[in-house]
Amino acid sequence: MRKFIIKRLLLSVLILFFVGFIIYAMMRLLPTSYIENIAYTKSLQPNSKSYEEWMEQLSVTYGMNNGVVGGYFQWIGHAIVGDFGDSWFYTVPVTQKFHETVWLSFVMGLISLIFELIIAIPLGVLAATKQYSKTDYTISVLSFITISFPTFFFASLLKLVFSVNLGWFDLYGLVGRNYDQLSAIGKFFDKANHLVLPIFCLTFLSIGGLMRYTRTNMLEVLNSDYIRTARSKGLSEGTVIYKHAFRNTLIPLVTIVGGSLPGLFSGALITETLFMIPGIGFTSYNAMVAGDIPFSMFYMVFLAILTLLGNLISDILYAVVDPRVRIA
Amino acid sequence: MAHKDNGYLSAKESRRISRENKKVTDKLEKQYRRKNVPEDEFLTKLDNPDNALEVRDLHTYFFTDMGVVKSVDGISFDVPIGKTVGIVGESGCGKSVTSLSIMQLLQRPQGQIVSGEIRLNTGDKVYDIAKINAQTVQKLRGRYMSMIFQEPMTSLNPVFRIGDQVDEVLQLHFPGVPLDQIKARTIELLNMAGIANAEGVYRMFPHELSGGMRQRVMIAIALACSPRLIIADEPTTALDVTIQAQILDLLRNLKDKINSSIMLITHDLGVIAEMADYVVVMYSGRIVEQGTAEEIFAHPAHPYTIGLMASKPVVGKKIDKLYSIPGKVPNPVNMPDYCYFRDRCEMKLDRCNGEYPCEINISPTHKVSCYRFYDKKEGE
Repeated sequence: MRKFIIKRLLLSVLILFFVGFIIYAMMRLLPTSYIENIAYTKSLQPNSKSYEEWMEQLSVTYGMNNGVVGGYFQWIGHAIVGDFGDSWFYTVPVTQKFHETVWLSFVMGLISLIFELIIAIPLGVLAATKQYSKTDYTISVLSFITISFPTFFFASLLKLVFSVNLGWFDLYGLVGRNYDQLSAIGKFFDKANHLVLPIFCLTFLSIGGLMRYTRTNMLEVLNSDYIRTARSKGLSEGTVIYKHAFRNTLIPLVTIVGGSLPGLFSGALITETLFMIPGIGFTSYNAMVAGDIPFSMFYMVFLAILTLLGNLISDILYAVVDPRVRIA
Repeated sequence: MAHKDNGYLSAKESRRISRENKKVTDKLEKQYRRKNVPEDEFLTKLDNPDNALEVRDLHTYFFTDMGVVKSVDGISFDVPIGKTVGIVGESGCGKSVTSLSIMQLLQRPQGQIVSGEIRLNTGDKVYDIAKINAQTVQKLRGRYMSMIFQEPMTSLNPVFRIGDQVDEVLQLHFPGVPLDQIKARTIELLNMAGIANAEGVYRMFPHELSGGMRQRVMIAIALACSPRLIIADEPTTALDVTIQAQILDLLRNLKDKINSSIMLITHDLGVIAEMADYVVVMYSGRIVEQGTAEEIFAHPAHPYTIGLMASKPVVGKKIDKLYSIPGKVPNPVNMPDYCYFRDRCEMKLDRCNGEYPCEINISPTHKVSCYRFYDKKEGE
């Protein structure tokens, strides 16, 4: 087991190196360049240097004069000792900005994951145990709706219904107009109130996949021989489903959910942006639009680490929950 | 049933069939799911109190979108206490469906017992399983009747330890017995089933055991509550020949030890010859011939049984090609009303074009459904 983890971690470092390079190259090749923008603005000022001269000067200042490969190694050299530089757009250290925003995203992600599990797994089990019944069809249609809706469309729909027409929630933002006048408890509820729609949006759009997955796995398990054995022992249908079948369904579920845990830190770029919630997703969206290479690099590499970590966790969990799997 | 000859159904027809099916199955499902029904409703009487099981005119149908498949179409046989009854027939003839009907483990809601009686003798009471509800049959399964399945590799739950899986059935049927006694009984059972190192196996997971060992565990589970009836559905098909013999020996000895009956389902005539006291030969959902093992093997009467015997390899006899019965099994949807074996039969008579032949007693125990014995009946 330890050997396996070490091997996977070493492999991950290698993967990260190349992923980082691809991201860096892409960031450098993006048409929006932060430096070009500044150089252009500065060159327009009266009695200023020409655009080319500004570019030359700023490239050196921002460390962009080494080409893509050189620049990448320069970035790595700093990143490896934990120095991710200052964000160009936010003008604070990248890690500080990250720290300010990630927890909000994490809370949102965690709450929506909990709701997702509470809703999707029981519904999936229910649909499987009553296959081809009206309940099953209703649940399946619901899950297809949630899978098919694009985030931006569903979020806009929610805003139209609950914010514009019903007026229950603010259209966007994390705090209300009179936030500063509220007491501590009032502040908490103000924030919570603003998070209702984004969390609902996140939950609703994610349950479909997990529900289908649960249903498929449950059906497969329910048709297996050992379930027939369990019934032939005289166990009640409840014991058969919730003890014998569900334990087996849990194996793929735990691995998929465990693998998605690191993803809680990655934020929800589209949802956060649409509701203007200052989480890590919205923050990095703004950084990317502005061409903020240090922040974008940090965020993207962070996402890559989370993905690799997620895969590793799900592989390890496989061995934990399934007695047949022994990782060598 | 408007079934086209080309074998294809239009969407409209298929919808109509599935609607009609739903009507029938919903009614039967509702009956099966009833709760808190007085037990008297399921109690019945045996024709002969020495039988562990009596099956009378059992019809088990599968309501598919292609039409109704009459998998078991009016079969009657007895399983006497302490005896082994072998059921033989080719794949798809309804052997397994018969056993699943007895256990009420059919694939619901498509598979349903439509009519007939299955009388299970539990000692003091006799239950009619064909009409029983889910709540009551649960108490009989595992306790008075149990089943050993064909596929030992997948029949045990992979995430529970062997001990827990055997304990479970004991705890269920003998509530209130302390855990250490249950564990001791489990280990005793595993020992009885011929598992060396029962203590170690108790803590193992199924994947740590071989196929033969797993089948022994299944036997231990099946025998845990000393049931009256053990249904063994091709218990040795998935095992190699040396293990087959051991498992069969084990089953036979254990059956005698707890004085229960075995209903052995197989397509292996060798296994039947070795194990069975009585033999039932099935073809296309019906019993074509039944009798004692000696009668069936020494004096097979039905052309199908004769064909089965002829297609068995015999040690020491040198032949170029093994005999096989010509033709194939008729389509189970829309069975014709004449002898199902007619078109494959090599001893066909003119009168065979008539309706399905009834059962004729050749001897007190030997029955056959064939026109060739009608003369004998008329002569009596």
